[in-house]
Amino acid sequence: MNKFPFAFLDEQSKKEIRRAILKGVAIPGYQVPFASREMPIGRGWGTGGLQITLALVGKEDVLKVIDQGSDESVNAVNIKKLVQNTTGVQTTIHTSEATLIQSRHRIPEVPLRSDQILVLQVPEPEPLRRVERSEFKTKQLHAEKEYSGAWLWLFEQIMRYNQTTQGADYPVLVHERYVMNPSPIPRFDNPKINDSDALILFGAGREKKIYAVPPYTKVESLAFDDYPFEIEKFEGKACKVTGLTNVFLDEMTDEVTGETYYVCNDTSFMQEYLEKRGTVNVR
Amino acid sequence: MFDKPILQIKNLSKQYGKGCLHCQNDGAQLERNFCPVCKTVYACKDISFDLHRGEILGIVGESGSGKSTLMKSLYFDEEVTSGEGYLIDYHEGKENIFSQSGQQLRWIRNTLLGMVYQNPMLGLKMDFSSISNIAEKQIAAGNRNVDNMVSRSYELLDKVNIPVDRSKEPPKNFSGGMQQRVQIAKALSSNPPILLLDEVTTGLDLSVQAAVLDLIKTIQREMQISMIVVSHDLAVIRMLADRTVVMLNGQIIEEGLTDQILEDPNHPYTQQLVYSLL
Repeated sequence: MNKFPFAFLDEQSKKEIRRAILKGVAIPGYQVPFASREMPIGRGWGTGGLQITLALVGKEDVLKVIDQGSDESVNAVNIKKLVQNTTGVQTTIHTSEATLIQSRHRIPEVPLRSDQILVLQVPEPEPLRRVERSEFKTKQLHAEKEYSGAWLWLFEQIMRYNQTTQGADYPVLVHERYVMNPSPIPRFDNPKINDSDALILFGAGREKKIYAVPPYTKVESLAFDDYPFEIEKFEGKACKVTGLTNVFLDEMTDEVTGETYYVCNDTSFMQEYLEKRGTVNVR
Repeated sequence: MFDKPILQIKNLSKQYGKGCLHCQNDGAQLERNFCPVCKTVYACKDISFDLHRGEILGIVGESGSGKSTLMKSLYFDEEVTSGEGYLIDYHEGKENIFSQSGQQLRWIRNTLLGMVYQNPMLGLKMDFSSISNIAEKQIAAGNRNVDNMVSRSYELLDKVNIPVDRSKEPPKNFSGGMQQRVQIAKALSSNPPILLLDEVTTGLDLSVQAAVLDLIKTIQREMQISMIVVSHDLAVIRMLADRTVVMLNGQIIEEGLTDQILEDPNHPYTQQLVYSLL
């Protein structure tokens, strides 16, 4: 007999988290406070995402968990095991097979569908935190749609480096209302949130916030008129294994030769590509 | 010059505490502006004055007289307990600014008012570059063009005598006088019709004080901006203000042309203040 309830959390907790999710869906980009539970992983290791996953997972779901683009990193494997052991659901590494995808730092390369839910783990949900420490004040600023702090942060980057240098967590305006931190995904993934077919949920366990971008919502990355938003460029670079150029690449160093090379960050996408091409699994 | 006032303040009061039967009585005996029974502090009580276009109004008084609370209330840093305020550039002076929503107050702050605090830490983001500090008000006012904001900021830095090549340094690297000048540039960046200056020269040495005062005078002359200058230093008020109000225990006790106040004070407290400092 399993000593934990289905999906680890008690039903009351799941109900409360689902209510927060529903409110988040109803008000796109708005940070809904919730009573974040103690989880069997450390705060900051994906407890927010995990609680959303556990509140949503059903017996028919197929789960995929990724961490920095990899299905096999320690954190991803542990989260996957916890959900599997307490629910018995199937897991997969293939994005297209999954109904529920929990991710840290990436949106998969394979386009998501309307029958899929993407859950992103968020360390810092507040886009104004860099300029305003007080939670009371940031709430007021959101209520008054006063986002000059987020713009000021981008302006400061342009003043210092002649361009916006924020590589991840680049702020976006959701549904022309709330400025939102899209979790530490690279800028490369920001356009995927706009008009997404899939529901995207954000969970910040340590900060006790849940927010959402419902399908087909307008999401714009903040940009000044004369400094347009740009995603990372990998000009002249290609994945060493697949030869792909239109994907997010990781920079690697060959330990023997010291040579710098690039590979796809999304490992399951790379594997699927190689399988389709009939190449041997490189992992 | 003195047609319709650009700012009218009527019966502005700010109290800390709820008050009690003792202190709410009109003839109540207070210890200065403090109720001995319920400990309520009446920081500003029934303050009324007008500010005209292009005029510099001085507010003078000892420490604890309510000058800074008044300035904070005018800049909406503090919520007033009661009173009315009318800005000619806001709904043609027909709407009480103190009863507006937070969003409207922010708009008024960002477009119609500029503030220079005594403590630069309150007015500046010390870790951001000076140019970002100056651009902040323009961003808040809705400007989304970087080049446009940069050229306006350079113009203001030049006006306040800060070399453009130091514009990317954070104010924490600057001296007290330079920090005040960055604050002035920031306050002017959205071209507001009214500038509020709260003890801007306090803590600066005499030569730097003179430079900052000269700068304020020049700006006022060139931009025809209205100013409210708070100071406990009568020399500052004498140099800057056209008209002066004297505050004591949260109330205005005397007002008039600066020369008249300083040369021929009426109220015994003003007489004491003038004779003890000059």
